[in-house]
Amino acid sequence: MNVHGFLLLGILFSSFVTGLVIFFLKEENHRLRTWLNLLGAGVKLILVAALLWGIHQGQTYSIALEFLPGIPFTLGADANSVLFVTLSSVLWFCTTLYAVGYLEDSPHRSRFFGFFSLCVTATTGIALSANLVTFLTFYELLTVTTYPLIVHRGTTEALRGGKIYLTYTLVGGAILLLAVAWLHSLAGPVVFKERGVIQTLLASHRGELQVIFLLFMLGLGVKAAIVPLHGWLPKAMVAPAPVSALLHAVAVVKAGAFGIVRIVYDVYGVETAATLGVLPPLALAAGVTIVHGSVRALFQDELKKRLAYSTVSQVSYIVLGAAILGPVATIGGLVHLVHQGIMKITLFFCAGNYAETLGTHRVSEMNGVGRRMPLTTAAFTVAALGMIGVPPLAGYISKWYLKKGAITAGDEWVAVVLAVSSLLNAAYFLPILYRAWLLSPKAWPHEHDFGRWETHWMLLTAPLVTAALVIWAGVFAESPFSPLAWVKLIATREYGP
Amino acid sequence: MPDADHRIYLLAGVALFAIGFYSLLVQTHLLRRVMALNVMGSGVFLVYIALGAQTPGPIPDPVPQAMVLTGIVVSVCATGLALALADRVQAATGRVELGDHEDAADLPDASPAPSEHHKGTPSA
Amino acid sequence: MTAAWAIALLILSPLAAAALVFAFPRCGRWLALGTVAVVGGASVQLTWKVLTDGVQIHRVGGWGPPLGIDLRADGLSVLMLLITALIGLAVSLYAQRYFAAHESERPLPVNPDVAASRLSAAILDKDSVRRSAETPLRFKSPTRELVRGDRNPALHRERYFWPLFLFLWTALNALFLSADIFNLYVTLELLGFAAVTLVALAGKRAALTAALRYLFVSLTASLFYLLGVGLVYGQCATVDLASLAAKAQPGPALWVALALMTGGLIAKAALFPLHFWLPPAHANAPAPVSALLSALVVKGSFYILLRLWIEAFPALMTPPVAQLFGLLGAAAILWGSVNALVQSRLKLLIAYSTVAQLGYLFLLFPLAATPEGGFTAWSGGLIFLGAHACAKTAMFLTAGNILHAAGHDRIQDLDGMTHVLPVSVFAFGLAGMSLIGLPPSSGFAGKWLLLNAALAQGQWWWVAVMLLGSLLAAAYVARVLAHAFTRVEEPRKPHPIAPVMEWTALALALLAVGLGFASHGLAELLRVGAPVAGAMLLGGAAP
Repeated sequence: MNVHGFLLLGILFSSFVTGLVIFFLKEENHRLRTWLNLLGAGVKLILVAALLWGIHQGQTYSIALEFLPGIPFTLGADANSVLFVTLSSVLWFCTTLYAVGYLEDSPHRSRFFGFFSLCVTATTGIALSANLVTFLTFYELLTVTTYPLIVHRGTTEALRGGKIYLTYTLVGGAILLLAVAWLHSLAGPVVFKERGVIQTLLASHRGELQVIFLLFMLGLGVKAAIVPLHGWLPKAMVAPAPVSALLHAVAVVKAGAFGIVRIVYDVYGVETAATLGVLPPLALAAGVTIVHGSVRALFQDELKKRLAYSTVSQVSYIVLGAAILGPVATIGGLVHLVHQGIMKITLFFCAGNYAETLGTHRVSEMNGVGRRMPLTTAAFTVAALGMIGVPPLAGYISKWYLKKGAITAGDEWVAVVLAVSSLLNAAYFLPILYRAWLLSPKAWPHEHDFGRWETHWMLLTAPLVTAALVIWAGVFAESPFSPLAWVKLIATREYGP
Repeated sequence: MPDADHRIYLLAGVALFAIGFYSLLVQTHLLRRVMALNVMGSGVFLVYIALGAQTPGPIPDPVPQAMVLTGIVVSVCATGLALALADRVQAATGRVELGDHEDAADLPDASPAPSEHHKGTPSA
Repeated sequence: MTAAWAIALLILSPLAAAALVFAFPRCGRWLALGTVAVVGGASVQLTWKVLTDGVQIHRVGGWGPPLGIDLRADGLSVLMLLITALIGLAVSLYAQRYFAAHESERPLPVNPDVAASRLSAAILDKDSVRRSAETPLRFKSPTRELVRGDRNPALHRERYFWPLFLFLWTALNALFLSADIFNLYVTLELLGFAAVTLVALAGKRAALTAALRYLFVSLTASLFYLLGVGLVYGQCATVDLASLAAKAQPGPALWVALALMTGGLIAKAALFPLHFWLPPAHANAPAPVSALLSALVVKGSFYILLRLWIEAFPALMTPPVAQLFGLLGAAAILWGSVNALVQSRLKLLIAYSTVAQLGYLFLLFPLAATPEGGFTAWSGGLIFLGAHACAKTAMFLTAGNILHAAGHDRIQDLDGMTHVLPVSVFAFGLAGMSLIGLPPSSGFAGKWLLLNAALAQGQWWWVAVMLLGSLLAAAYVARVLAHAFTRVEEPRKPHPIAPVMEWTALALALLAVGLGFASHGLAELLRVGAPVAGAMLLGGAAP
């Protein structure tokens, strides 16, 4: 532990304390709650910036609390954590802004924002966990804190969605616990470390390590929505739009994908995993998920469902990157962790805007939305094109590295999967853009007038900011301050210079 | 092991215990069940006394006797409590035996007809 | 304060307070709080002594065995004493207002016609509407009037609650400090008497019936145990726990004796399949009593089983016996959880959950019996015990709040509870986390250690049972919470509830979660005088 470790606690507590305080606010205290929310998100952002600066200066950060016998509760900041914590805190700020606008008049806001903050605390914790048990702790906390958000509306449908979500994630959590405990019994306390920590067991426990790897992937695959463990994700779409944004881009799905990254790179080590022969099946599962998600998305008329299946497909790019040996594929997968986040959150923000402003929930109702809401639709277009992989947007960068990595590793079939997926992406996004911009509008189901702007300013700011990020991450990918630059650093450390 | 004389008491004690236990299981009348418990208790005490007598020499071991004295006190209290409770049960149910599954059916503070009750109280 | 004083105070102060409350019923609340302070201080002092100086023994009157009574405190004892003090504190605070909340209850007309006319008058008359919001209209169950001396049932109940609660506490403290198996019998009986009477305190027909059934089970079980004690004395010529291990010669007589004692104790500890008496008794008692019964009373019998099998007769703890205990525990976990899932009443659900959670404690026997991982399982099981005590108390107190605010505890009619009692529902959720065993709760810490022990010994079947039990627990906790989150168009007007009742439940639930971080320290405490061999497993030790 060092004194700088308290910065990590600060990052964690900035949202935790906010959440706790918000629980006790009266429902009418709208202004105070909004300020607290933005304050918490802002403080977190500043602290994360301080963390980045410190790491740039060569500072190391870690803090440990006593927990289980022999296993401390440890937070740390390695390259992977910083990547994820920066992503989640930036996107959290946008989501908070968006959620405040979105839930302006709905009931139970104190409860909502309380759990909202706790949810982000858990995500930050997942990012900053330095050992497996700490990771497991925050991973389960994330499950628990997301449930009230999914069932927030309290309707029968919401409760059913919540039940399905809990069933999937808790079973996944139990499998993960088994994997963690089993690995602990073989390897002792597992601390995350580049290139893995289990090389010494490779010769003596090969079979067990393979089974444990499978258990890890099953446990984490639920949250990462790998086919066939993805059933909860479309059902969880009943949640309010900011929650969907959070689920898909910042917290839950990302936590699963990040967990898989952790296990492959920092517990097993990608080279050790390749020696064990567990990567090809994982790559296959990811490939199947990518195609399956895209095909299912094609047939959804409900916009949010289409986006949900798109997430199923896109998150597996990250898994695919992890499942292919070689620094280039690693770069592609990890950078997609960031890129998918900013693109998907933009899409969900826009979908929420359409629903809030015009009452349109279905693709078939979207004719001419571009004329009524040009800014929102512009943001939507940028993100959708990014998803398809149009240069020079963020998605193009990820797909290019993934394809190159796969070919370098000799997995040509992956390149085919990527090409098919891009075609499918185009097939389910381009019709939406066509309708939005080129068809003439009909009457909207429930139109709200927000005066000067096409919608509430908070609802508008968030997608515009994230769409700008999508462009920035693509255009300035080669600059030293891009996600790509950071991910290259991680890849160098994982594979050695 | 105790010699033959003592063994008779020992076996008698065990027999009493068994008889008491059997009655406890088959009798339903509350008073009979309380009596069955007392028979079981007497059986146990007899076993203790028999075991106390097994020590060599003329003076029996005092420890089991002290235990039996304590046991008798406990047993009297238990009987008193059981009788008082049985009396209350009879007053409340009008029956002198325990129903089989009735207790699971009517549970806590269920105020009768709660739904009318709530509808009747206007929520300001 | 020396250890001897601490030990004496632990038993005598609740006993004296109980007698005083009986004489001066009006002082009950204050005397209980005073006892909490004294017993809490003595427990902490004794814990400190045990941690620094090791096992403490106090010979009452200086006699020593076989005639005198020894009191002994090791890590296990003081852990149990601390848990008892903690739950005692919570229940004392909660009961300050629990019974008082019913004080406004005035005897109402028994005749339904009169009551109905009152109801219609209330609807017409605005003033009486306001009044009826404060003093709820309630039909008196006719049977309640039959019970004598029940003019003001709430005051009547509180008057007897405090002395009985203090007697219960005396019995528990004495039980955890006893050093011989006969003294354990006496304390076990005292505990049973206090517990049965507390169940009967609710005064309703169901509670009385459940109490009497509980008494029959309890007395029969005690007699089995007592007969076993006699046979052990006949074999070993001592009842002192510490010297039994050396003198025990495995043989038919000893096996019979132990079988008798164990049969009695598992009935009292409500281990499957002898759990039938527990759900009605725990569900029908007043909320603070249910909490005491589930958190502490059943654990008393489990504690004796631990002392018997692990400490006094380890020679008889053969693998088949250990596996049999585990098997019953596993059956309890599954049977209790499945039953909890199908209950329609909240308190019955919680009571069946107790049946299930007690099963985990019995997994300690197969896992602690071998030197490899023995201590890990020992500390895991006992941390789990503490976790369950806190979580289950929080749950029963929450159920009491819900029952009071809503007038019922039907799970399917709990819709909108998050709006009515947010603190209580939050407490229920946190306690549920610990029951499910989600990290970082203390329930997780306990399960983690048990899992480690099972994996290290290759007893993977218990691993499967534990994980399945966790998922079932998640299912029944989520079932309650899902109903609580259901949206209601027009929220009902709840009866107002004292804040201390909500916050006590929340504090315990927070403790159930937060104690996970203390598991390292608790394991250190349990190390003192632990009767199991082996070091704490730190992983990486598998062959």
